[in-house]
Amino acid sequence: MRAYLDHAATTPMRPEAVEAMLPYLRGEFGNPSGGHTESRRARMAVDEAREQIAELLGVDLGELVFTSGGTEADNLAVVGAWEAGSASSANPATPQALVCTAMEHHAVLNTCTALARRTGAQLRVVPPDKDGIIDLGALAAACTDDVGLVSVMAVNNEIGTVQPLDAVASVVRSGSPHAVMHTDAVQAVPWLAMEQVTAVVDLTTVSAHKFGGPKGVGALVVRSGTPLDPVIHGGGQERERRSGTLNVAGIVAMAAALATTVSERDRAGSRVRVLRDRLGDGLVRSVDGVSETGLRHEKVPGHLHLRFAGVESEALVILLDEAGVAVSAGAACSSGAVEASHVLLSMGMGRHEAASGIRFSLGSSTTDEEIDHALAVVPDAVAQLRD
Amino acid sequence: MSGGVDSSVAAALLVERLGRDHVVGATLKLWGGTSDSGCCSVADVDDARRVAEQLDIVHHVFNFAAEFEERVVDPYVRGHAEGRTPNPCIECNRHLKFDRLLERARALGFDAVATGHHARRVTTPDGRFRLCRGADPLKDQSYVLAMLGQAQLARTVFPVGEMTKAQVREEARRLGLRTAAKPDSQDVCFIRSDEGRQGFLGSRLPLHPGRLVDHGTGEDLGPVDAVELVTVGQRRGMGHGADGKRRFVTAVDVPTRRVSLGSSEDALAAGVELHTVTWVDDDPTGSIDDRSVASGDDRVRVSAMAQCSAHGRPVPCTVGRVAGADADFGLTVAFDSRQRRIAPGQTVALYDPDEPDVVMGSGIAG
Repeated sequence: MRAYLDHAATTPMRPEAVEAMLPYLRGEFGNPSGGHTESRRARMAVDEAREQIAELLGVDLGELVFTSGGTEADNLAVVGAWEAGSASSANPATPQALVCTAMEHHAVLNTCTALARRTGAQLRVVPPDKDGIIDLGALAAACTDDVGLVSVMAVNNEIGTVQPLDAVASVVRSGSPHAVMHTDAVQAVPWLAMEQVTAVVDLTTVSAHKFGGPKGVGALVVRSGTPLDPVIHGGGQERERRSGTLNVAGIVAMAAALATTVSERDRAGSRVRVLRDRLGDGLVRSVDGVSETGLRHEKVPGHLHLRFAGVESEALVILLDEAGVAVSAGAACSSGAVEASHVLLSMGMGRHEAASGIRFSLGSSTTDEEIDHALAVVPDAVAQLRD
Repeated sequence: MSGGVDSSVAAALLVERLGRDHVVGATLKLWGGTSDSGCCSVADVDDARRVAEQLDIVHHVFNFAAEFEERVVDPYVRGHAEGRTPNPCIECNRHLKFDRLLERARALGFDAVATGHHARRVTTPDGRFRLCRGADPLKDQSYVLAMLGQAQLARTVFPVGEMTKAQVREEARRLGLRTAAKPDSQDVCFIRSDEGRQGFLGSRLPLHPGRLVDHGTGEDLGPVDAVELVTVGQRRGMGHGADGKRRFVTAVDVPTRRVSLGSSEDALAAGVELHTVTWVDDDPTGSIDDRSVASGDDRVRVSAMAQCSAHGRPVPCTVGRVAGADADFGLTVAFDSRQRRIAPGQTVALYDPDEPDVVMGSGIAG
């Protein structure tokens, strides 16, 4: 028996997505940018997918830029918006600073850091509170008139806390009227009404493999009127905002995955929330020295984050894997080693506590049996490590 | 599995012996900065993982970077700031590979840790463990393992210790391992060859210019760039004395920024005192209780061979404890004939004079 509880890392592909992409891996091979029949057929598939995805995200189809995934979309958002804003003569004050939270995904955090180093802009990093929600007071202090870009994630990838984007947006708009506002919504798509996210920000990142689509495709929503320079230059695809031949099969599959995700979202959310609570309550009851990170009512239904006092999560992940439970501990570095979670550290935890955290992330395909299995094996694994 | 040929073959031999279900590969992420093999040694981790995949065993990366910084890199830097020359490989073995990793392995339910070191563990008829030199005299690594005791050796195996390096490479080729022709690693893993020890220490320490002074007379002999980079026993860069003979560093005093120089005769010492003393088996100088009742003249003395660097020539000596000294301090080493001074911080490995392959113990020069 295996229980896959790492849906925040990636999800199994939905059958609809696999079916949708197969024709474009087999007979339909056209380049959508060309002028002949083969191209037109591919173009039509992309156009239909674009229209469908735009509608499901609550935006216009011209506001969608396809990318190779969430990381590229985050890079495009941060760098593209900053460069367009710096060059714009419409902007009365040349932006001097950019703002992000301390618990952003590295795709945003490291891009902001690199941009600040390269351009000399000031990077203001806003901490979360102890429960993993952005500190709005600190955000307000950071959002001065000279801020050109603000990036605040919709849902934290490690602990699942939903950030109050409406409140964030009003703080940003009043303090930094010239700022472009971006949100990395990669973890939000399976659980939140995306039209409410895209309505309050200028740029939104999504990634297909987090909701049953294939890896290697994602999108940046660019609300109309938002200045954005390209980061990848070339043939001028995606209305000059992202060059490169479109990933036709991936885009078509992303549309199919998103359609199913949105149609099932409320039902899946209620069902998964019950499973998540059963897992969380069960483990808190059966294992001593467990602390839960974040408040459940502030989190998406699929996330559970627990800290096991005196246990190294790096070792616990290995034991749980041997026992048939796939979970994760913090972010993985390129060498495969587990890094101390910058998210937990930013919430004020010490290094040892931050290294004792395990993320259990459930998805729409998670079953009762998987939760039973996890409930059965986690206590023994923790006990073995504490022995 | 470091990603080198020795640990690759060690893993392969274990898989042959025990079966793939009883072996997992582990690579330690120790150094978070840049090294000769790139950031986080990613290329070496890739090699280790590919070998593990080829052997069809599970492979893990353990992130011990924080402990490595705390137990190895920091003390290395601090040592130089205080005029000592610690051996980082030995401290890594002491605190990371044969402590942290052994503990992790135990927690995960494993009986033992195997490494690719060229050394041998021999079990005696009464169930004790001896640590012996590797079969290849040119590659023997028993010196950097000399701080192991019974507790560690009981849970450690050295699968390539009976092989020569040539045999290890031949075995790797036979098995088609991608690391078969990979060059041996050299020097300290966290110091890049393009910046050297000076570049590394310079980025972490204020380096101070100082004066060279005569060992005997105290006469000023000129300037030296950075006293923190000078090691006792060093002769490179120290020039020649008035007699035209080479000069050696006899002492480094960082607080006063003075480096003493002397002749090759001045550079010799009759002995050295060791701290952080370890014994592979029972302390041959007697138990602490015995010593505490012994008078100064009744010290227990034992013959040994002292090896003062990774491939240094072992020299005959007598070791003994000062009466009342605790287990961690106070081992005196008296060389049978005067030897080049041992730099403070350097490890001295002691071997059995009757069985020169057998490690007795170790200590750090004070």
